[in-house]
Amino acid sequence: MQRMETDMRISVQHDDFDVAAEVAVLRGRDSRVGAVAVFVGTVREMNDSGSESISEPVSVQAMTLEHYPGMTEKALAKIVSDATHRFNILGATVIHRIGELKPLDQIVLVAVKSAHRGDAFDACRFIMDYLKTQAPFWKKETMAKGAHWVDARESDDEAAARWQLPSDR
Amino acid sequence: MNIKIVYLARLREALGCSEEMLTLASASPTLGDVLAALRERGEPWSYELGEGRAVRAAINHEMATSTDALVHAGDEIAFFPPVTGG
Repeated sequence: MQRMETDMRISVQHDDFDVAAEVAVLRGRDSRVGAVAVFVGTVREMNDSGSESISEPVSVQAMTLEHYPGMTEKALAKIVSDATHRFNILGATVIHRIGELKPLDQIVLVAVKSAHRGDAFDACRFIMDYLKTQAPFWKKETMAKGAHWVDARESDDEAAARWQLPSDR
Repeated sequence: MNIKIVYLARLREALGCSEEMLTLASASPTLGDVLAALRERGEPWSYELGEGRAVRAAINHEMATSTDALVHAGDEIAFFPPVTGG
């Protein structure tokens, strides 16, 4: 967990997070804030990923998230810092869980505050799109028939490319 | 010179190795030289780190953009599949 000048909070944690509490902390007593955009990613039960080995949706029993300690926090801080330079935002919180998760569990929170909604919406989407291709997390799904690593999706690279950022820097 | 190599996620499992120290003969190797040295070990290294495999790398926790990137003594090089977080 880090706090920086631009009111940035980054956390990589096993524990669940409370969206309302995080939004309250992000807003604080900052009366410049007119908008908070929040994205929450959750674990789906039905896998319909583009994995070539899976043609039919399969029920996911558990999802294990691995990361690269040391790099993850730096990569997330860089993504938020880039968003701060690109959009007129007042602060952001990014929380990403690791370890074993179950369907319905929360995985990731991105919350952004700004004076007006456009910057909050855009920065929130930018941070998620960029996180998907740049932050060192890997998902492993456990099904009845065994576990497999989730394949990266081309659509994620395309989403990041929308912001005219190289997906592999 | 010596560098530390870290393997993550599917690649760690495929190689049966999470980290190791590697000694390189060259005084100013590139990321490509590191990959070449590892591929010379034969299977499974040559396949898992081979041309055409989706392998990403980081040098000292920064995403590497090119196999021409220079590697220095004491660096931590990580190899991993394309990321799938979020």
